Amino acid sequence: MRFLLIEDNAELAHSVRDRLALDGHAVDHAAILSDAEDHLSVATYDLILLDIMLPDGDGRDFLERHRKERRDTPVIVMTARSAVSDRVALLDTGADDYITKPFDFAELEARVRAVLRRRRGAAQPKISYGDLEFDPLGATVTVSGDARDLRNRELRLLEILMTAPDRIHSKSHLCDRLFSASEAVSDNAIEVYVARVRKKLDGSTARIETVRGVGYRLTGG
Amino acid sequence: MLGSIGEDRVFYRILVESETVTGYPDLPVPASPPSGLEPVYYTAEFQDVFVRIAAVERAVLVAGMPKTVSILVAQTQSAKDAIVAQMTNRAALLGIGFFAVAAALSILTARSVLRPVNDLAEAVGRRGPHDLRPVVRSVPRELQPMVRALNGFIGRLQGALTRTETFIAEAAHHIRTPLATLRTQAETALRLTEDDAMRARIRSMIRSVDDSARSASQLLDHAAVVYRTDQRTEESLDLGSLIARVCDRFRPAADLRDIVIATQLPTQPVTIVADLLLLESALRNLIDNAVKYSHVDGQIDVRLEQDAGRAVITVMDRGRGLDGAQKADLTDRFRRGANVGDVVGSGLGLTIVREVARAQSGRFDLTERDGGGACAVLSLPLG
Repeated sequence: MRFLLIEDNAELAHSVRDRLALDGHAVDHAAILSDAEDHLSVATYDLILLDIMLPDGDGRDFLERHRKERRDTPVIVMTARSAVSDRVALLDTGADDYITKPFDFAELEARVRAVLRRRRGAAQPKISYGDLEFDPLGATVTVSGDARDLRNRELRLLEILMTAPDRIHSKSHLCDRLFSASEAVSDNAIEVYVARVRKKLDGSTARIETVRGVGYRLTGG
Repeated sequence: MLGSIGEDRVFYRILVESETVTGYPDLPVPASPPSGLEPVYYTAEFQDVFVRIAAVERAVLVAGMPKTVSILVAQTQSAKDAIVAQMTNRAALLGIGFFAVAAALSILTARSVLRPVNDLAEAVGRRGPHDLRPVVRSVPRELQPMVRALNGFIGRLQGALTRTETFIAEAAHHIRTPLATLRTQAETALRLTEDDAMRARIRSMIRSVDDSARSASQLLDHAAVVYRTDQRTEESLDLGSLIARVCDRFRPAADLRDIVIATQLPTQPVTIVADLLLLESALRNLIDNAVKYSHVDGQIDVRLEQDAGRAVITVMDRGRGLDGAQKADLTDRFRRGANVGDVVGSGLGLTIVREVARAQSGRFDLTERDGGGACAVLSLPLG
């Protein structure tokens, strides 16, 4: 996905860009609102991440302008304010969602998904591998057209494996994608989820293979 | 005695030289004899009453000899006293009447003069807690300095409040932005490390960052709740849709751990009169607690019911429960249960819920749930 990050703190902006790049996202950074307008005039983005306090204006004014000009790129506000009244006011000004600094990237990703699901509905490309079909936004999985009921973490595990099939994913990598960084889990917890997904994909040609001492790989597509 | 005028008696005495010719010989003569043709007037006591006497002297020839003839005429004072008494009474009546009229008029005047002051005081008293607009009522010229002073004061107060709010917002910004950088860098480091021991250290760092951020925001929330308890803006709101909104807000975070937030809300609106921001704070803390302490793959049940004029909100989880701790202990500031383990928290969440329940004349109860977990019940009077 392509993000526009509007954030005046250079260090935070760079770290967010590096972190999102690890998940394969492209991030353009604007330190001030006028830069952001320049970016928006030449490129299209899947999502805008907006800070509220910016040197050349208030992020809420940007939001108002954004909505008035009927630009439909969804906006998630990154707020450093935690006062309840600020949070209520943010959604009133037309932000799709907000996240309070410091934020968890797993939660940010979940919120991005929720926003895109609301905005785009089912008009998203599906991922398929063998007889498996996965709809990331609709959160459904079918095996040869037969719907399987997967829970959220199982879905995300399958998505990670399906977006890079036939490749070995280390336990720690899967763990980082699946669990919030603040959660006290051991990397072995991933085994539980692999077992569950295997069970739910019963009958598919695709299967999750254990590569002993390294990680897991989706094969058979 | 010469006849009478009204009740008064009149006496006379005529003297030739100093010898009484006729009349009352006791009638006193003037202390100094009149000079010329003008009479002298004086008051003297005669027959036990005060009389007013007029005396004249004339020189006449008696048998060729000049003789001084004095004529004294005296009158008692009863008529004059009566007239004076009557006049005094009338004057007194007139005085009292005038006083009464003047008093009534002055009360009316005072009222009409003070009415703008009272109106002004009432208009200022009626204002909501956040209404810091200047007073623009038309007032008599004499009151204008007061209104100017009041507006000046309102302006300064507003300035002070705005500065405080801005300060808190900026303080939060300045704390949270570097924390966000720290957390992001730590997450990136976690992603790039395979070493188990190092990964455990980084996770512990991230939890500490979350802990500080959470404490900061709950301290601010707690301060806001305490401030708003005195300054709340009551409005009529539908509790059902508020609960639904707060639950929706938590779903992405709960989904991450496969925790389901199940709601049972009435289809009809449940209206209460309360401060929206206070209630939102309480609900958020209740659900946040339930999500935090729930096990992975768990379920949180959120219910809203009406019972005997009260709206009853129940939030139940299947988490680690209270472990024998009492509600009174857990709602103390900075007090956390003995079984919190590694769950991040500041110990202010339940304190906030309790403060809100108190401010909205509600009740807050926290008990063990049958079969494990905690059951939090917040009940509020229906509006």
